[in-house]
Amino acid sequence: MSGTSSYQPQNAFLKWFERRLPVLGLVHSSFIAYPTPRNLNYWWTFGGILSFMLGVQIVTGIVLVMHYTPHVDFAFNSVEYLMRDVNYGWLLRYLHANGAAMFFLAVYVHIFRGMYYGSYKAPREVLWILGVIIYLLMMATGFMGYVLPWGQMSYWAATVITNLFSAIPLVGEPIVTWLWGGYTVGNPTLQRFFSLHYLLPFVIAGVVVLHIWALHVVGQNNPTGVEPQSDKDTVPFTPYATAKDAFFLATFCIVYAWFVFYIPNYLGHPDNYIPANPGVTPAHIVPEWYYLPFYAILRSIPNKLLGVVALFSSILLLAFLPWLDTSRVRSATYRPLYKQFFWIFVVVCVGLGWLGSKPAEGGYVWASRILTAWYFIHLLVVLPLLGLIETPRPLPTSISESVLKKRKAGVAALVMGLAIGLGGLLGSPLPASAAEEAEKPPTLKWSFAGPFGTFDRAQLQRGFKVYRMVCQNCHSLRLLSFRNLGEPGGPGFTPAQVDSIASEYKVKDGPNDQGEMFERPARAADHFPPPFENDAQARQVTGGALPPDMSVLAKARGYERGFPNFVFDIFTQYQELGVDYIVAILKGYEDPPKDFALPPGTQYNKAFPGHAIGMRKPLVDKQVDYTDGAPQTVDQYARDVAAFMMWAAEPHLEARKRIGFQVLIFLIIFSGLLFFAKKKVWHEIEKPREIAHGQDPRATSL
Amino acid sequence: MSSAEPTRRDFLYIATGAVGAIGAAATLVPLIAQMNPDASTIAAGAPIEVDLGPIAEGQIIKVFWRGKPIFISHRTKKEIDEARAVPVNSLPDPQPDDARVKPGHDQWLVVIGICTHLGCIPLAHQGDYDGWFCPCHGSQYDSSGRIRKGPAPANLPLPPYAFISDSKIQIG
Repeated sequence: MSGTSSYQPQNAFLKWFERRLPVLGLVHSSFIAYPTPRNLNYWWTFGGILSFMLGVQIVTGIVLVMHYTPHVDFAFNSVEYLMRDVNYGWLLRYLHANGAAMFFLAVYVHIFRGMYYGSYKAPREVLWILGVIIYLLMMATGFMGYVLPWGQMSYWAATVITNLFSAIPLVGEPIVTWLWGGYTVGNPTLQRFFSLHYLLPFVIAGVVVLHIWALHVVGQNNPTGVEPQSDKDTVPFTPYATAKDAFFLATFCIVYAWFVFYIPNYLGHPDNYIPANPGVTPAHIVPEWYYLPFYAILRSIPNKLLGVVALFSSILLLAFLPWLDTSRVRSATYRPLYKQFFWIFVVVCVGLGWLGSKPAEGGYVWASRILTAWYFIHLLVVLPLLGLIETPRPLPTSISESVLKKRKAGVAALVMGLAIGLGGLLGSPLPASAAEEAEKPPTLKWSFAGPFGTFDRAQLQRGFKVYRMVCQNCHSLRLLSFRNLGEPGGPGFTPAQVDSIASEYKVKDGPNDQGEMFERPARAADHFPPPFENDAQARQVTGGALPPDMSVLAKARGYERGFPNFVFDIFTQYQELGVDYIVAILKGYEDPPKDFALPPGTQYNKAFPGHAIGMRKPLVDKQVDYTDGAPQTVDQYARDVAAFMMWAAEPHLEARKRIGFQVLIFLIIFSGLLFFAKKKVWHEIEKPREIAHGQDPRATSL
Repeated sequence: MSSAEPTRRDFLYIATGAVGAIGAAATLVPLIAQMNPDASTIAAGAPIEVDLGPIAEGQIIKVFWRGKPIFISHRTKKEIDEARAVPVNSLPDPQPDDARVKPGHDQWLVVIGICTHLGCIPLAHQGDYDGWFCPCHGSQYDSSGRIRKGPAPANLPLPPYAFISDSKIQIG
C-alpha cells in the first residue's frame, strides 16, 4: 500500500488508465505481490475475517435501515414488521445481530493473538494503537446499535451507559443531558444514536484502511517474532495468504451460520423483546456478552467515579502495551514466563466476562475485585517486570529455519488446545445442576425444536383456539394480522377460514364521509384488535396488572440456564426457554405454602419469579372443546397455546431452519473445496521438491 | 502452467471458484428480494368497494387503491356523445369508448388517474376535450380518459373493477 509498484498491465486500456490513476498497481502491491511471512498460522486469518464481518455489518445494516423507523413509538414495531413481513427480513436482522457478536469474537481472537506474539512491539506501535481505536469505535457502534430495537435492554443499556459520563466531576450532569437531548433517554437520544450508528461503521472502515496501510509499511509479525530476512522467509499474499484466509473464513462462517439459523436469539436477551418501558427496569440487566468483562470491572469498584475510571482505563491501557511490555523478544513462544502469564490473563478476562453476567452480590463481587486487580497488575506490573527478569529461549536465526524445525509442534499444540477445550466441556459436572433444575421449568419436547423442527399444524390450530377462548379476553396480539394464520409455516388455515375468522372480529375504521369513525368486520389484512382501548383500561379491568401483549412473548420470556447448560445449549440448539417457561407458568398455580405472605390481588405460582403473579389461573380441564381428539387438559392446553405463541413470535421459524440446513451444507462443501485448494497452493512451499540451487521454490510450476 | 490442457489442479480451482460464485449469487437473493413489496403492503392491496350513489352527474371523484388515485367520473350525456363521436382511428392510442366502460354502465368511467407520460396526476374538467389536463407537461385526455394531445403515449389505464350492483363497484 506504499511506494511505487512494479505492476505493469498488459492490456492497452489498462496501461493508459494505470498511468493516470495507479489503482491497479496499488491493489497488486497490497493484495497480490505483498510478501507475507511463510509461517503465519491460522490465528493470522482473523484480520481477513474482521474485514469480512465489517463488510457484512455494513451491507446488512444499510438494508435494515430501509425498513427501520428511528422513533420511540415505532422503532420496536418496525423491527418486528421487518422480521415478519419484509422478504427475508428475519434473515437480514439475525445476520446483523449475530454478525456483531461474530465481529467481536473475531476481534478478541485478533487482539489476544497480537498479545501472544507481541505484535504491538516496535515498529508496530502505531499499527497496534490504530487497532485499539478500531476496537473503541466498535464498542461505541455496537452499543448504539443495541439501543435501536428499543426493547427493555436497549433502553436501560442506553440509560446506564450514558450515565457513566455523569461520574465526571462538575460537568458530568450537563454532559449526560447533552448526550440525551432531554431529561432522560428519549426520542432525541434514539435518533442521534441511529445517526451515529450509521456513521461510525464508515469511520471504522476508514481507520481499517489506515490499519492495513500501517501493516503494509512495517510488514506482518509472525509466530517467531523474527523479522523476515530474505525472500525465503516470505510468500506472496496471493495465492498463499488468500487461499489460507479464504478457507478459514468459510469455516468461520459455519459457526456464524449456526448461530444465525439455529440459535439466533441465544446471544441476545429475552428482555429485549419487551418494548422499552421507562418506568420499569428489568430485574437483572446485563450488557451484550462482549462488554461483560468491562462491566464486571465497573461493578467491582464501589465508588462511582473510580469505577468509571477503571472501566475506561482498562481499555485505554491496551494502547500503551508497546511501552508497558519491556521485553525485546516478541513472541511468547520464546518467553516461557510470559506465556504462562498470558494464559492467566486470558482466563482472567474470560472469568471477568462470566462474573459480569452474574448479579452484583456476595462472592461474585469479591471474585470480580480480585480478577479486576489482576487485570491491572498484569498490565502495569507483570508486563514491565517480566521483560527485566525473564530469560528468553534462543530465537531462531530466520523464519525458514524455524519452519523446518517445528512443524510438528504446532499440530501438537492445536490438538492439545482442542483436547483441553473438549475436556473442559465434557468434564464439567453435568448432574451438579440437577439439584437446581427442580426450580426451573421442565424441558419439554417440542415439534419445532432442533435443526429440522417444524410446527405441528393441528397443535397451532388448537393453540389458537385456546387463545381465542381464553387468553384473548385480556391479552392483545397486536403484531399479528389475520392473514398470518394462512401463511406458509403457520397454523395452515385456508384463505376462506382466515376470512371467516377475521369477520368475527370488529375493527375501528374511518373516518367516513361524515367524518365519523365506525366499526366494521375485520379483513385478512387487519391486525388482531386489542381487547382494551388502552393500558389504563386494561389495568382497570384486570385489577392492576397489565396483561402483556402475546405477539413476541415466547421470545420475551426465559429463565437462567446456569453453567454448564448454557454451553451445551449452543450445540443442542436449545431455544425453547420461552415456551417451557410459559407452560410451567400456566401449570404452576398452587396453594401458597403456609408461611408465604401473598400480596393482595396476586396468586401463588411456583414457576413465577417471586411466586406472586397477577394473572388469575387461566386454564382448567375441559375448558376448551377440542374436535381432534387431543386431551382436554390444562397440560395439553398449555402446550398448545405455548406452541401457538412460539409461532406468533417467530412466524418464519420453519423457513429459517430449512434455509439454515441448505446454507450449512453449502458452507461445509465450500470449506472442503477451499481446504484442498489451499493444500494444492501451499504444496510447493510445505513440501518443496528437489530443486536446483538458487532457484526460488515459488517459481517452480512444472 | 502454459499448457492448454486443463489439469486436475485446475479442475479443483475451477470447482472451488464455481461453488463460491454460486454462494455469492445466492447471497444476493435476500439482499435484492427485501426491496420488493413486503407482505403487509401486498395484503393492503386488497380490493376496495366504492359506493357510486353520492356522485352527481358531471362529478369526478378520486379514490385510492394500492396508493394510486382512481378517477371515477359520472359522465354527462354530452361527454359520452363527445367520446363516441370522435373517429377512433384518428386517436394517438386508438380505443373505442365502449371498450373503456362496462356494458350498460356507459355513464361511469373508472380510470387510473396517473398521466402515462411521467406519472403526474392530471387535473379534472380541464383542457380542450372535457376531460383531464396534466399540469406537468401539458398532456390532454378526453372524457373517455384517452390521450388526445401532448407527450403522453397512451390512454389512462383502466383498473380491474366490476359492478357489484348498479350503484356499487369493487376495484381490484
